[in-house]
Amino acid sequence: MEASPSFASKQAVRLLLSFLFLATALASAQDWVRTGTNLGAQKIRLAAADFKMIGNDAALSNAQLTFNQVLFSDLTNAGIFDMVSKSMAPPAMPGSPQEIDLAQWNAPPANAAMVAFGSISVQNGRVIVFGWLFDAKNTQSAQVLGQQYNETLTPDTARHIAHEFADAIIARLGGGINGIAESKIFYISDRSGNKEVWEMDYDGANQQQITHIDSICLSPRISPDGQRLAFDELNSRGGNIRIYSMGLRRLVSFPIHDGTDYSPAWSPDGNSLAFSSSRSGDPEIWISSVAGFGLHRITAYRGPDVSPVFNPKTGDQIAWISGRTGLPQVYIMSSDGTNVQRLTDGGYATSVSWSPNGQLLAFAWSRNYGPGAPGGQDIYVMDIASRRWEQLTHDIGRTDFPSWSPDGRHIVFQRTVHGHSEIWTMLADGTGQQALTTVGNGRMPNWSWK
Amino acid sequence: MKTYRKNSALAIAALAAFLITTGCHHKQAPAPEAPAPPPAEAAPAPTASITVTPDTINPGQSAALNWTSTNATDVSIDGIGAVETSGTKTVSPAETTTYHLVARGNGGSTDATATLTVAAPPPPPPVAPEALTESEFEQNVKPIFFDFDAYTIRPDAQSVIAQDASFLQSHPTAKILIAGYCDERGSEEYNLALGQNRANSAKTALTQAGVDASRIRTISYGKEKQFCTEHNESCWQQNRRAQFSLDQ
Repeated sequence: MEASPSFASKQAVRLLLSFLFLATALASAQDWVRTGTNLGAQKIRLAAADFKMIGNDAALSNAQLTFNQVLFSDLTNAGIFDMVSKSMAPPAMPGSPQEIDLAQWNAPPANAAMVAFGSISVQNGRVIVFGWLFDAKNTQSAQVLGQQYNETLTPDTARHIAHEFADAIIARLGGGINGIAESKIFYISDRSGNKEVWEMDYDGANQQQITHIDSICLSPRISPDGQRLAFDELNSRGGNIRIYSMGLRRLVSFPIHDGTDYSPAWSPDGNSLAFSSSRSGDPEIWISSVAGFGLHRITAYRGPDVSPVFNPKTGDQIAWISGRTGLPQVYIMSSDGTNVQRLTDGGYATSVSWSPNGQLLAFAWSRNYGPGAPGGQDIYVMDIASRRWEQLTHDIGRTDFPSWSPDGRHIVFQRTVHGHSEIWTMLADGTGQQALTTVGNGRMPNWSWK
Repeated sequence: MKTYRKNSALAIAALAAFLITTGCHHKQAPAPEAPAPPPAEAAPAPTASITVTPDTINPGQSAALNWTSTNATDVSIDGIGAVETSGTKTVSPAETTTYHLVARGNGGSTDATATLTVAAPPPPPPVAPEALTESEFEQNVKPIFFDFDAYTIRPDAQSVIAQDASFLQSHPTAKILIAGYCDERGSEEYNLALGQNRANSAKTALTQAGVDASRIRTISYGKEKQFCTEHNESCWQQNRRAQFSLDQ
């Protein structure tokens, strides 16, 4: 076919454009996880000076030690900072803007772009903290943040104030996304002898038992407002969805059916629960109000359908796991059961969790699953729009039950080695993996919504 | 008629007795004795009796009917017909029978009855002893096993289901709990659903083999409870099962 000159030039432009597009796509492909999770391509070099003790109250020394450790840990965990290690930092404890020598912090080996510093004191049973964040390169107008905290002294106050100050810094430097230092993680532990629901701070501190059911508790899911905990109780009557009031510290009413209900999930408005039920024969996904009304089924296909999760951004989509074609795969659909799409192309995929911004799914996947097949079960993330996926855990045993943090930058998961399970966290790009539990078996973690 | 005569004689006697009795109160001079009427020239009334020995039999057994009569000229027994005035007869009725004998003679007629009770068939032995214990149940109702990540009934499980169903049908009051189990591999939540599918498959198989579905309850333990805790295929196979137990 003979091409006219104008057609040829158009074609050339189109070729050039598509080449440019391809190049851009290739370049960004390496960073799509960090972009999608707001971790950013560049980390800010941040120093956290030890806070200066003012006064000599007996409780001050412990409070200061805790505060310094927790603040540094929170900022490290945030995932958006390149933290200046304590050994690289100047041996100074500036307690106020008058006492800080910014050049000292900006110079090698610290090379800090930002410095957090301040003072802590204990007076009349209260903890008082002044905290600042200064831009080490902007000596003219260095102050980015200045905070004051004044709270009743308890064993947890220094930790609490450190979390608040860390979250303030993270919100300011991290694109306005709130920090997670005061979020909670709910999980199953057998350390009491039974599988009960436990709660801990996001960093593994303050682990405490929530339920005392004396049967098998599974699949804990905290409500969006943090006030109610849905979970599955498994006993000789089967599996039933239970709801526990965090305020009342007891179980509240939810209809119990034939003992075939599993894996509850909250809608983002907190009004509905989706769960798997076999009340009509085959395990299917059902939705009802939190009071148990308006019960209706949204899947109808032979095979296991389980582990639903709402799109937390919109509430109008559900991701879940279905074995309708054989081995379990990740699917999404509208919350009325239409527009069913299969997202994984094989293997054994389970335990799907939807990122807070609605863009990504995390799930456990054995890409080569089968008797004697090589390969483990690892955590993966998938971009829903493009179906691109990336493996986050490698060769650390069997990992399962990923759950997104409220800032979308972290994932908590279950790691099992030689039959022993613990709760671990990592950044949503797979880095920064650390254990949160060390006692008993920790399973099925669920991160609070805020 | 003889009967009339006899009756009028009785009436006269009764009247005389009445007059004598009431007259006593008046202390009047005794009335001259009325001459007793001449005894009526009547034939003696017949008598009859009938017995059956023994008076209770089981179906298929027999009993002896004995009857005697006096002053009877013809005797009949309902259902048997005319018989001798006295006699015996062996009877073997299928159900309880009342033998009604009627004897007639010149002096009138009379009747007698004897009842032969035929015992009802023995009640069937008490059904499904409630004493079926869990261990008896488990000895007789065997679990079925499944393939990897599957919940369809394998060919080798069909005969197990048939035997299980047979035992369960002979104990129709026993309630059945079917629990689905999975091996340690795979994910906890997915295995709960898979175990539920296994329990459902076992229920369907039992129902198709004739066990009433209303007797059956299904649950899943997923991989939360294991029969065997080693990490190898023979152990995993033990754990991929539908287990039957007595539902209390």
